[in-house]
Amino acid sequence: MAEVTYLEALRQGLREEMRRDERVFILGEDVGAYGGAFKVTEGFYEEFGEARVIDTPISEAAIVGAAAGAAHMGLRPVAEMQFIDFISCAYDMLTNYVATARYRAGLPTPIVVRGPCGGYVRGGPFHSQNPEAAFLHTPGLKIVCPATARDAKGLIKAAIRDDDPVLYFEHKFLYRRIKEALPEDGDLLTPIGKARIAREGRDLSIITYSAMVWKALEAAEILEREDGLAVEVLDLRTLVPMDDDAIVATVEKTNKVMIVHEDTRTGGVAGEIAARINERAFEWLDGPVLRVTAADVPLPYAPTLEDYVLPQTADVVAVARRLAAY
Amino acid sequence: MPARSPALPRRAAPAIPAGLRREQLLELYHYVRLTRSLEERLANLYRQGKVIGGLFRSLGQEADSVGSAYALDRSAGDFLSPLIRNLGSMLVQGAEPLAILRQYMAKAASPSRGRELNIHFGDLEKGYIGQISHLGDMVPVMAGVTLSFKMRGERRVGLVYVGDGAMSTGTFHEGINFAAVQRLPLVVVAEQNGYAYSTPVRKQTAVERLVDKAAAYGVHGDSADGNDLLAVYAVTKRAVDRARAGEGVTLVELRTYRRKGHAEHDDQSYVPEEELAYWARNDPVDAYRRQLEESGWAGPEELLAAEARIDEELDRAVALAEAEPFPEPESALDGVCAGPPAAERPWYRGRGG
Ligand SMILES: Cc1ncc(C[n+]2csc(CCOP(=O)(O)OP(=O)(O)O)c2C)c(N)n1
Repeated sequence: MAEVTYLEALRQGLREEMRRDERVFILGEDVGAYGGAFKVTEGFYEEFGEARVIDTPISEAAIVGAAAGAAHMGLRPVAEMQFIDFISCAYDMLTNYVATARYRAGLPTPIVVRGPCGGYVRGGPFHSQNPEAAFLHTPGLKIVCPATARDAKGLIKAAIRDDDPVLYFEHKFLYRRIKEALPEDGDLLTPIGKARIAREGRDLSIITYSAMVWKALEAAEILEREDGLAVEVLDLRTLVPMDDDAIVATVEKTNKVMIVHEDTRTGGVAGEIAARINERAFEWLDGPVLRVTAADVPLPYAPTLEDYVLPQTADVVAVARRLAAY
Repeated sequence: MPARSPALPRRAAPAIPAGLRREQLLELYHYVRLTRSLEERLANLYRQGKVIGGLFRSLGQEADSVGSAYALDRSAGDFLSPLIRNLGSMLVQGAEPLAILRQYMAKAASPSRGRELNIHFGDLEKGYIGQISHLGDMVPVMAGVTLSFKMRGERRVGLVYVGDGAMSTGTFHEGINFAAVQRLPLVVVAEQNGYAYSTPVRKQTAVERLVDKAAAYGVHGDSADGNDLLAVYAVTKRAVDRARAGEGVTLVELRTYRRKGHAEHDDQSYVPEEELAYWARNDPVDAYRRQLEESGWAGPEELLAAEARIDEELDRAVALAEAEPFPEPESALDGVCAGPPAAERPWYRGRGG
């Protein structure tokens, strides 16, 4: 078992799938000889050649649209957005064309669209976005958000094998900051649609995903040390389809639940999760479902501003204390 | 302030091209040199970790930014929208080095109050609108700016920059087509600098020259050596004159070269050494300086004096910007909409963050 970073785990997953299945290919800006802006596909051009690792023009709509067309014809494209913020340029293709293709026309569209999301890196409003809510609202697209190196690998492999279009949002803050020992052989797959308990607890639950899993775990440590609280952390891993059973199970277990995400508040994923809890487990609740999210502003660049807007561990701790008091 | 050297060259100087006056030649030198020197200061600050985000250099492209922006008439209210490497265009249009430094360093007094990076800021009074990262988006926006000129019968001109990469976007296509159909007073400057990030132009487009695309939109096309400051000025001036005369859009291709990586983190491993060496010999700032001296349009003392003035201004601006504070945390909530004036403060946050 060798320790690998989140980024290396993702790279391994991609490489294994390309070796396993010659229908898999990669397209995107600077993914070839350069190996991608964050070097996710480093070495792929040399190993798989330019026919399977395609440097494209700066044309996100064409990248996604061409991936869709190739997928209809039986290929398995993985499209990279250089930063996930640029997925908005392919919004029409994804929401109108790709998401509806099977329902409308019975067209299989097994594509993966992946790219670096997220803030805490002083990237400003256009290199820090978390676009999941825009796509969560569109039936027909699956969404995965790995928080660990294991899931970075397991989810990319599962996404490539999935018969539906999958959006894979990888958090750039985690790329080189977290490491994990992963088995070197065997097929490491994370099932799409299954959450994971990142930490067991019985006093209250934090439902979260992506980089916020780590803030929740940090907060849980503090709450145990300072308040004697046993906090459960549920890492959703997949947003669509959402693992309602896991959500209900943790509510039934702790009776108090909060949701943490990095995206802005209004219309965010937390609202959807809260509604599901309300519908399925209302009578199990001993307190309100509370949210910790970014403030409703474009993400600013200055460190003081970015730190203010984004959720911090101290916010998670403060809200958990309020919830525990119910 | 050192006096301007009154000494005129002994031999008769060749005529100054493109209808420029001698003071304008010196002003152009001021702007290319200022662009170069300001970026050198920024590179130093970047290495010290004081530039918070990325740094995108225009080394070797200063003449294309400065010469093209200089062809606009600021007194007529002409407008431009730069791309990431058009620092020089912003300076010509009146952006102050201090504002640029503050912006890169995310200071409270920066034009965007710490919200945006690098040269992503605008000033409607001075006549420029800041770009966003999404390439191509400023082409339709500048179509709208020039549409307002046309609707109000104003004889103003707009200029927008795109790179060989940005021209592959859908918004570029929609924007230039819209402007062409409306015969708007817009100049679209296409900078061919060899690469878009790591991608060479031949992987970006199948046309031989970017200006070939003009035909597809039914607009006038023109081009020049982007490293020849006066040629850049002349070709852009022709396009600006056409726009002002109601003759519509011109696509101007300027051929230059990006001598640094995409941003400071990029080591350019994909670029052949000889190519870099060739373009280092073809430096536009040195070439222009030489041209000024050899043509007898400027003496060595006045060029040195101009350089000294720039250094002094930058010394002051860097010291000032470095000493300034970051913005107050809670100011992050202001001004998303005209009303209400601030976004809601998260209830779990105390006052003052
Ligand atoms: C729509 C969009 N996709 C991707 C990017 C990421 N990106 C930023 S700059 C750049 C290359 C730009 O090349 P070009 O337009 O030729 O300008 P240059 O950097 O050469 O000056 C890329 C791919 C972006 N900013 N916008």
